Amino acid sequence: MPLLQTIELKRYFGETRAVDNVSLSIEEGEFVSLVGPNGAGKTSFINVISGLLRPESGKILFAGEDITEASVTERVRAGIARSFQLVNVFDDLSAFDNVALAIFSREGKTAHLGSLAHLDHKVIGETDAVLAQFGLTAKRDGSARDLAQGERKLLDVALAYALKPKLLFLDEPTSGVSTRDKGQIMDTIASVVRREGITAVIVEHDMDVVFKYSDRIVVMAQGAVLAQGTPEEIRNNEQVAMILLGTSGPDAFTRKD
Amino acid sequence: MQARTGPSHAPLLVAAAIAVTVLALIPSLVDLYQTELLIYGLTFAIAALGFNLLLGYTGLLSFGHSAYFGTGAYTVAFIMRDLSIHSMELCILGGVLATLAISALFGYVCVRHTRIFFSILALALSQVLWSLAFKFFWVTGGTDGIRVPRNQITLLAGLLDFTGSGSYQRFVYAYYYYVLVLFVIAVVVMWVIVHSPFGKALQAIRDNETRASFVGVPVRRYRWIAFVISGCFTGLAGALWAPLNGLTTPDILYWPFSGEIVFMTVLGGFRTFTGPIVGAIAFNYLKVYAVAGSPYWQLVLGGVLIVW
Repeated sequence: MPLLQTIELKRYFGETRAVDNVSLSIEEGEFVSLVGPNGAGKTSFINVISGLLRPESGKILFAGEDITEASVTERVRAGIARSFQLVNVFDDLSAFDNVALAIFSREGKTAHLGSLAHLDHKVIGETDAVLAQFGLTAKRDGSARDLAQGERKLLDVALAYALKPKLLFLDEPTSGVSTRDKGQIMDTIASVVRREGITAVIVEHDMDVVFKYSDRIVVMAQGAVLAQGTPEEIRNNEQVAMILLGTSGPDAFTRKD
Repeated sequence: MQARTGPSHAPLLVAAAIAVTVLALIPSLVDLYQTELLIYGLTFAIAALGFNLLLGYTGLLSFGHSAYFGTGAYTVAFIMRDLSIHSMELCILGGVLATLAISALFGYVCVRHTRIFFSILALALSQVLWSLAFKFFWVTGGTDGIRVPRNQITLLAGLLDFTGSGSYQRFVYAYYYYVLVLFVIAVVVMWVIVHSPFGKALQAIRDNETRASFVGVPVRRYRWIAFVISGCFTGLAGALWAPLNGLTTPDILYWPFSGEIVFMTVLGGFRTFTGPIVGAIAFNYLKVYAVAGSPYWQLVLGGVLIVW
C-alpha cells in the first residue's frame, strides 16, 4: 500500500487547471522531486494534499485512510507536514520557540496551560538537537525575523521536520538562497530526512539538486503529470527536456558554464 | 530569552517580592481615599490582565470586554439581593461562573472571525447585554442599577463583617488586602498561562495563524479557550469591583467602558506582561484626577495616550 495516493485529484482556478486529474502514488521512504515550469501546479498539488486548498473532486488516501475532507490540523496529526515556498515561520518568536512549539504540538502538550514551557527539559533537549541538526544553534535565542534568508528557510523546514512526519513536503527549500549556500542546505535536509526514514516530496527548480537527491522524479505541466521515473529515465526523456529547458538532446541537462 | 538550562527566576522573584511588599505597605502610608483608589486600580488591573491575554498574546482586539466585567458585577449584585447570600467568596464564585458561561457563548461566536470583524462582533454582543440591563429594569433596576451594600458583605467565609461604627474604614482596609491577595493570585496564574505550552501556542497563532495550524495547533479552539480565560479574569475584576463601588449600573456594560479597558492596556503596553497592570493602575489615577481637574477630561486622556 502506498503511503500517499491521490485519485483523479482536481483543483481549478476559474479556467486555469492548477491540479488536473492527478493520480499519483508515493511509496514509503521515497525521496520524490516534483518538477515542472512555473505554473505547472506543483505548489497547488502540495496545497491540496496538505489541506490549504480543497480539491474540487478526487480523493486523497494517506496510509489507506481517506483524508480528502480532513482539516489541516487533522492531517498534521496523521503525519503530513510541509514547509513553504515563501518563508512562513513565527517571526516574533525566537528560533528556539519556533521549533519548541512544533515539538510541544507533536507531543500533544499545547493544551497544557498549567505547566511552564521552559521547564520541560525533554522538549528543550530535543529542540536544541533539532536546531543543531539544521545549524541554527548560534541563532537559538534571536527572533526568527532577524535570521538571514537561508537560515529562515532552514527554520521553516526545521518546523516541519520537528513534527516527525511520515510524509514531508518541501516547497522550494532553497529558493531565495544564494547558490553557494544551496548545496549545504540541501545536504542538511537530505541527510536529516534519510536518517529518519521520512518520505519526502520536494519541489525544486535546480535540476542538479533534483538529479542528485531524488529516487523518483515527477514532471508536471499545466496541472497534469507529464512523466515520472528515475533520475536516469527523466534525464533521457526528450519531451521532458523540451518542457523544462526548451531544448533537447543528449546533453540538455548538463550545465554549460 | 531562553537560557540553556531554563532561565533563572531569581531577578523576577525579587522584583515581584518588592512590588508585593510595596503594595502591602501602601495602606499604612496613605489615607483612606488613596487606599480606596488603589483597590479600584487593582481590580481594573485584573481586568486588563485578562483582556491582554487576547490582545497581546492571541492577537485579538475585543471591543466588548465590558460584557464580562458587567456580568461579574451584576451577578454579585443578583446573588446578594435575590439569594441573600453575603459571603464574598460565594459571590465571586457565582460571578466567575456566570462570566464563564457568557464568555463561552459569546466567544464561540466571536472567534469565527478575526481582526476588525472579531472586534465589532465582540462589541455588538456586549451591547446586547447592556440593552438587557437597560430595558429589563424590573430585574436590573435599569439606569438606577442595583445596590451592593458593603455593610452586608462578609469576607473569608463570614470571619469579617462590616457592621457598626467605623465599618466603612474597616471595610476599605480589609478589602484592600482581600483584593491584593486575589490580584497576586491572578497575576501568578496568568504568568503561568502565558509561559505554558498553551501560551506559546497562542503567541504562535498571533504571529502566523496559517503556520500555527500547519504545526498542528487547533487555532479556532485555542482562540476560544483564550477568550473564555480572558472573560473570566475580567469577570473576577467585575465581581470584586461591585461591593467596592456599592452599586452596579449599566455603564459598566456600555461600550465606552470596553474602550477604557482597551485604553488601560494600550497605555501600559500590550506587548509586555506587566504593561496592562501598570496601565490600569495609572489609568485609574489619570481618570480620577482628569475628571476632577477638567471638564474636558476625555480630551486630557486622549492627549496622554498620544503623547505616551
